[in-house]
Amino acid sequence: MQRAFKSVGSFLLVILLTYLGLLAVTFFIGRVIPIDPVLAIVGDRAPEHVIARVREELGLNKPLWEQFYIYLSKVLQGDFGTSVLTSNPVMQDIRRTFPATIELATLGIIIGAGIGVPLGVWAAVRRGGLVDQVVRVMGLIGYSVPIFWLGLMGLVLFYARLGWVSGPGRIDVTYEYTLTTVTGFLLLDAARAGQWDAFGNVLSHLILPASLLGYFSLAYISRMTRSFMLNELAQEYVIAARAKGLSETRIIWRHALRNAMVPLVTVVALSYAGLLEGSVLTETVFAWPGLGLYITNSLQNADMNAVLGGTIIVGSVFIGLNLLSDLLYRLLDPRTKQR
Amino acid sequence: MKISTPPFTRRMLGVATASAIMLSLGGMTSALAATPKDTLVVAWAIDDIITMDPGESFEISAGEIMGNSYDRLMRYDVNDPSKLVADIAKSWSVSADGKTYSFELKPGLKFASGNPMSAEDVVFSLQRAVILDKTPAFILTQFGFTKDNVKDKIKQTGPLTLTMETDKSYAPTFVYNCLTANVAAIIDKKLVMSKETAGDMGYGWLKTNYAGSGPMKVREWRANEIVALERNDNYYGEKSKLVRVIYRHVKEAATQRLLLEKGDADIARNLSPQDLAALASNKDIKTTATPKGTVYYFSLNQKNPNLAKPEVREAFKWLVDYGAIGDTLIKNIGVIHQNFLPVGLLGASTVNPYKLDVDKAKALLAKAGLPNGFKVTMDMRTTQPVQGISEAFQQTAKRAGIDIEIIPGDGKQTLTKYRARTHDIYIGQWGADYWDPHTNADTFARNPNNADDAKSKPLAWRNSWDIPELTKKADAAVLERDASKRKAMYEDMQADFRKNSPFVMLFQQIEVAAMRSDVQGLKIGPTSDSTYMFKVSK
Repeated sequence: MQRAFKSVGSFLLVILLTYLGLLAVTFFIGRVIPIDPVLAIVGDRAPEHVIARVREELGLNKPLWEQFYIYLSKVLQGDFGTSVLTSNPVMQDIRRTFPATIELATLGIIIGAGIGVPLGVWAAVRRGGLVDQVVRVMGLIGYSVPIFWLGLMGLVLFYARLGWVSGPGRIDVTYEYTLTTVTGFLLLDAARAGQWDAFGNVLSHLILPASLLGYFSLAYISRMTRSFMLNELAQEYVIAARAKGLSETRIIWRHALRNAMVPLVTVVALSYAGLLEGSVLTETVFAWPGLGLYITNSLQNADMNAVLGGTIIVGSVFIGLNLLSDLLYRLLDPRTKQR
Repeated sequence: MKISTPPFTRRMLGVATASAIMLSLGGMTSALAATPKDTLVVAWAIDDIITMDPGESFEISAGEIMGNSYDRLMRYDVNDPSKLVADIAKSWSVSADGKTYSFELKPGLKFASGNPMSAEDVVFSLQRAVILDKTPAFILTQFGFTKDNVKDKIKQTGPLTLTMETDKSYAPTFVYNCLTANVAAIIDKKLVMSKETAGDMGYGWLKTNYAGSGPMKVREWRANEIVALERNDNYYGEKSKLVRVIYRHVKEAATQRLLLEKGDADIARNLSPQDLAALASNKDIKTTATPKGTVYYFSLNQKNPNLAKPEVREAFKWLVDYGAIGDTLIKNIGVIHQNFLPVGLLGASTVNPYKLDVDKAKALLAKAGLPNGFKVTMDMRTTQPVQGISEAFQQTAKRAGIDIEIIPGDGKQTLTKYRARTHDIYIGQWGADYWDPHTNADTFARNPNNADDAKSKPLAWRNSWDIPELTKKADAAVLERDASKRKAMYEDMQADFRKNSPFVMLFQQIEVAAMRSDVQGLKIGPTSDSTYMFKVSK
């Protein structure tokens, strides 16, 4: 029992230090980049006395460590400050932008893992075969083609030419003010309100960018699945299973994949975390008001409260998903239970 | 070992593929895109907006929102920007000594909130802008108003009348022109003061809210996402034909073009010359263009000893291939213009004496004692057409032996360096702050104190160009009450500037909007706050 407390304690300490380190690094980088944060607020035309006053209001004339200390103590009280660009409290901005990214990333990872894993298994089973080659080429394209180019091509083909999907943005203007948003997840909001035409519209806006993100994670996930599976299929227990006369299907899906799942969970979780960070280029091309665009735009304007708030969220996502994959490890791998 | 493919794998894959196809089929419902008839959808990069308070707002896209949603005493005529027209003022006059301005308002005006409008609101709005002292406040405080004296200088004299007393006898056109600016917009005092916290005159609230009386009212601003305007039925003048105008933030020009072609946007505002050329043959799309009050330039920091030589300054002006730049890089989005006053402002000159002449530049460099040229850096933000122009300039300067190293950067980053005067060459742009020639004379041709700790840091200061004579001329021009004499003074200053300044003036921006053919009545205004969406129909 005592040991359990101790491990929980050290675990919390690690998390606390992670956050502190994350914030400190972001804060100091944000302060040394050669951009004057006052400029973002008052613009290029402001008289000198206005600039000086705003600099003071922001506390920028104080020493760096003191600025950081003030920021930290406010964060501990739950005050993440106000974004100078949007005039809103940072957390309110994140509550608005993050759901847009979550919706996109979740559908993206469902596509990525849903297709990537079976594809990777198949490539491993028929190593050197046609599917294996296709997976390799897809992986190569996924790594080398710029995502904004692929995004634009996707828009030209599926939106402009074929008209299969809706265009950039999250929802048509027609629904913009008829759909009441509660959660910020438009699919959920539309479903809750029973507005199925709006639901379809949101989905048709979502599908193209999500497929694009899905494709990029698919490229990675299928390659990793393939190599994990190759590793498992070469193990002795596979030979033993074959010798026992188990069906090939059972060997691959029940035995080999089950073992490959353990490292695979981490790969999928980290891919998901990467998507949740928000893909700036995808969000730009698709005019998607998500977290990636928010953080990037804030960084370019040295809007540090917003950048730090965003960093905390992205950090939490990584920490949370790491924890989740650790928990899944325990469920998937019986050996870890005994430790 | 050869492993046979189990049928189950194929089935699994089939299920996965089928579900992906099903998902994309879900999107097939909206094949035909069209915006609602009563709603105008504008695709525009609106991430520069940081506030909805006219006392603070000074950004390009916010300017347009303010122009559509707030009234002011007077506006200028968008078809002839040198003419003033009444907005909520019924009449105005100036005293014999040229210092006291009197205004009378139209009767029976109402704010969008339903509150009646009186001279009290006008006086409050002007005083508030001066007291808050945000970025655009200088447009009003240059008439001598301060936090302490503004309550005595701008006074209500009756339910519908007020007076304003300036510190000097300025050119009346200058004063009136400044009153057309957003910072002089009329705010609903009763509404704003009901939201006041800790004596902030409603500043915290108005940043994200609306308290005006203009033809449109602001329904919502979601930063980097959307601005929604709605018709104001309390408006005194002709009501907007559209019920709603929705500005959607679309940063990418190619995306804007797709939205426009598909009919999901009625107007696209940030198309590139390539996009515009490609759309020229599309019958469903038309364009409208207006020269803006924005000029682009290279400037040479006079702290650099080479760049400070008069011959070198002139040599650079002969090293730009104006013709080629005009025909390609800024085609449809700008015209070559070598003066600091953009066309449209009183006294703006259209004399463009410079062209590419490498031999002349070489001779000038030899005269300056630099026959083999020299090395120099240039700070450039990585946006078009700035980047293309910089690279073209790099090539032509090399022909005269000048080796330019381009330092690319983000807009705010290069600007930070420019403002600290640590650049060599900078490529910049300057838009008129208000519709009067003094706005540009004040920054290009005026530098009252060239010291590092100067109180005012105009563009001349940023390039360390010390010009006591020209400063005096600029100061005199703003006090000249005879409009034709005033015009001549600006022409004289521009001639001097063309020849001697460390500014290589390049071109004047033309703003182009592309729209669906059913959109009627859109005219891009010469300033950001004079593009009136309430006059548009479709």
